[in-house]
Amino acid sequence: MIGLLKRDLALAIRAGGGFGLSLAFFLIFTALVPFGIGPETGRLADMAPGLLWLGALLACLLSLDRIFQLDWEDGSLDLLATSPLPLEGLAAIKALAHWLTTGLPLVVAAPILGLMLNLPGPAYLPLIASLLAGTPALSAIGTFGAALTVGIKRGGLLLSLLVLPLYVPTLIFGALAATRGAQGLDSTVPLVLTLGITLGCLALLPFAAAAVLRVNLR
Amino acid sequence: MFAHMSSIWEYANPRRFMATSAALLPWVSVIAAICLIGGLIWGFFYTPNDFRQGATVKIIYIHVPSAVMAINAWFMMLVCSLIWLIRRHHVSALAAKAAAPVGMVFTLIALFTGAVWGQPMWGSWWEWDPRLTSFLILFLFYLGYMALWEAIENPDQGADLTSVLCLVGSVFAVISRYALVFWNEGLHQGTTVSTVGVGVEESEGVSSVFLYPMLTSLAGFAFLFLALVLYRTRTEIRARRLKALIAQEQMA
Repeated sequence: MIGLLKRDLALAIRAGGGFGLSLAFFLIFTALVPFGIGPETGRLADMAPGLLWLGALLACLLSLDRIFQLDWEDGSLDLLATSPLPLEGLAAIKALAHWLTTGLPLVVAAPILGLMLNLPGPAYLPLIASLLAGTPALSAIGTFGAALTVGIKRGGLLLSLLVLPLYVPTLIFGALAATRGAQGLDSTVPLVLTLGITLGCLALLPFAAAAVLRVNLR
Repeated sequence: MFAHMSSIWEYANPRRFMATSAALLPWVSVIAAICLIGGLIWGFFYTPNDFRQGATVKIIYIHVPSAVMAINAWFMMLVCSLIWLIRRHHVSALAAKAAAPVGMVFTLIALFTGAVWGQPMWGSWWEWDPRLTSFLILFLFYLGYMALWEAIENPDQGADLTSVLCLVGSVFAVISRYALVFWNEGLHQGTTVSTVGVGVEESEGVSSVFLYPMLTSLAGFAFLFLALVLYRTRTEIRARRLKALIAQEQMA
């Protein structure tokens, strides 16, 4: 399992792995927001926590089809499926690798992009905490979606259509935690609920992902 | 004697299902038409206007039944998906596939009539109220489910994948529902249909004057759903048979 994780991380970081793509997307998204809603700092500051959450979510979505697609195309997914590692473990490791290469960099980048959107001072800690708590769920749900659509040619758009409705609860609680923090309110409850969704996703979705992988590899 | 007891699993046999559904379909269709026409005429022309909402209240005879059936259609798909995953009955998978577009249209009807009703009541066509928003999300789930069916060529593989999606989607739909309540208090009134009122003035629930035509209309929507699902499942089975025949011909 560790070997697989190292392999996935190495593949992602080396040239052509698309490691920086989602980060660049996040930056561009943040840069485009003021063009859409105007440059007034007050309004931007009000919307910043939600916008940063939305940007992180979309950036995460963008890299989902890479989770299984390349392994599927070159046949290494078949090899991985016949290896002693159970498919559930494979799905969990793939989700972890996706989070380490996409979710974690987004969490690190969010406060810097928060400066650009005039994110209020007390919001930084809740924003980072809620992203840390919520992005693993995005990776786990995305891994399920990627496993579901791996056999479909040009399945990228379908993947978004399937995954985005599943992202709703995570987005609601995560963005709510960040927004409440920005307003100086206590954000413990939404934070705990975000964490709850993440833990539930991590516990259950690898099984669903493995089930659909088995169907797709049949 | 027990050997002759009919079990629902007998209808897992497509031939048996086709025979029974062919006999049932005209009856179900006629009952659906009678209940719908009767319930709607009764509701639209023979019930008083609400003292606050005026005639706009009459949209309830379409809005509530379609909303109820939109949720129940998804629930029926969930049950059919489970049956397919556990017992591998093709009819069950095809029934789930057949129900999806019907459920989606009911969701659209509920959203549309809700907007038409909400405009004079709340002053806007759309509010980000938990109930409205969860119906919008339900609509997206229907879209995704149908798009996944469309995208996969192998029917058994499609049945497997959409069934798992239906299971996972159901869990997330329920979580979303409660997340939305947490997110926004909402304008939409609570459920009043299950709390039956006695008279118009003193009751908090829907008065029986409105309730009975609405229940008739609800029965009409339920039978309409049943008729459409039976019809579409029959079409799916025929399409499957046709495909098998063409494959046989090419083999020969």
